[in-house]
Amino acid sequence: MSSVANRYDFVLLFDVKDGNPNGDPDAGNMPRVDAETGMGLVTDVCLKRKVRNFVQMIKEGKKPFDIFIKEKAILNNLIDQAHEQEKVKIKEKGSEKTEEARKWMCENFFDIRTFGAVMSTGKNAGQVRGPVQLTFGRSIERVVTSEHSITRMAVATVAESEKQSGDNRTMGRKFTIPYGLYLSHGFISAPLAKQTGFSEEDLKLLWDALKTMFDHDRSAARGLMGTRKLIVFKHGSEFGNAPAQNLFDLVKVERATDPAKPAREFTDYKVTLEKAKVPQGVELLEML
Amino acid sequence: MKGFCLEVWGDYACFTRPEMKVERVSYDVITPSAARAIFEAILWKPAIRWQVDKIEILKPIKWTNVRRNEVGKVASPRNKESIFIEDERQQRAALILKDVAYRLHAHFEMTDKKGSEDTEAKFAAMFERRAENGQCFHRPYFGTREFAVDFKLVQPDQSQPKAISEDRDLGWMVYDIRHDNSKDESHVHSCTDKCSPRIYRPVMKQGIILVPDWKSEEVRG
Repeated sequence: MSSVANRYDFVLLFDVKDGNPNGDPDAGNMPRVDAETGMGLVTDVCLKRKVRNFVQMIKEGKKPFDIFIKEKAILNNLIDQAHEQEKVKIKEKGSEKTEEARKWMCENFFDIRTFGAVMSTGKNAGQVRGPVQLTFGRSIERVVTSEHSITRMAVATVAESEKQSGDNRTMGRKFTIPYGLYLSHGFISAPLAKQTGFSEEDLKLLWDALKTMFDHDRSAARGLMGTRKLIVFKHGSEFGNAPAQNLFDLVKVERATDPAKPAREFTDYKVTLEKAKVPQGVELLEML
Repeated sequence: MKGFCLEVWGDYACFTRPEMKVERVSYDVITPSAARAIFEAILWKPAIRWQVDKIEILKPIKWTNVRRNEVGKVASPRNKESIFIEDERQQRAALILKDVAYRLHAHFEMTDKKGSEDTEAKFAAMFERRAENGQCFHRPYFGTREFAVDFKLVQPDQSQPKAISEDRDLGWMVYDIRHDNSKDESHVHSCTDKCSPRIYRPVMKQGIILVPDWKSEEVRG
């Protein structure tokens, strides 16, 4: 299948209710917050993990949609596998062999075609820069972190039980954000898509992942998360037809309700899209 | 030699110091190498080589800290044992720059790979057209790809906001890496022992760094 031939810039809006969208290991797993502004953050790698998990689930790890950086994956076995392929084997050592191995990895792994990978582990399979690039997600307004103490009616060890003379209770902590609407920017480079073979079918899968990845990532920590909007700007050419910042400025997220009161629902926000101002050569696709 | 000027800005940046790569610490300002890569993200052909001339720092140097789960891959062809992501997880902090904006001045030179059709005027027009329309080969970034860069072409006659009024000796910084590309015909480059760093000692005067030519004496390696 042919590789993606257009540049895309996109805006992903997702929200969280009574959950922790992305814990900060530096802050005892509290939700990530920009300390200066109080805005919530979600890292790019957090979002990419969810895309990978979605594709792994939908495609059941089948080639050519296998996932390289799996949870419970074995990286070197996969790189070795690339080197066991006949067309890789016959190549001389050195850059040509690396190039064949790189190609094989791109052909078989969705996440390598999409996000790229450094494959100089073990047997060298080169380096790949993927076409899809995501930025940190940032909340529209300040988020407030709530800490909740919770109890467990059991203990882990006999020693603990003895200490409590059979009372067997432990306490834990859990952090949530009552509500937060987050915005992340994404970019797809057509020339890099050509280099990794990122196809139209892959692109469709990526949009599906971005739309529904949170629906398959339910857990006690996350609360209620969901993608609210996916606004895609499709350029008429591979290098693009307009500066990304001008397109992103067409998407405005404002409070629909009294900004003095805290937002608790998506309906507390109003997303407007200045469709009339979309420049020539750029097609607006409202995916969600 | 025609010069080009780009205004570039973004929320974050990480120009990693090579001596602090595990828990990344950014340099105070962009390196010539990262600035070159921004121009290359808009236009690059084997026939040209970008030379950064001047960096103007438009916003105060501010820092923030972020710790993320990353994969630690330790591997050798002899070691066939499994690597589980969960076991190989490393939590790494990064000290990064925040709310960053620069004005970058650069020009390009023709290389010995230029073809008979290649002229300076052609590439200059191509670059201006792309930069003017916000076109790029891939989205440029400040050091690492999650820190995307917005850019706009600055015309010489446009009046511009001033650089910050601060002087700072920035110490020894990476200027660029001299890559050994002899084996990378398809531009898929993995650094080898033959690639070596070049360093220089920039001084910021009233928010402006003058970048010496890569062949000049100030650039060592």
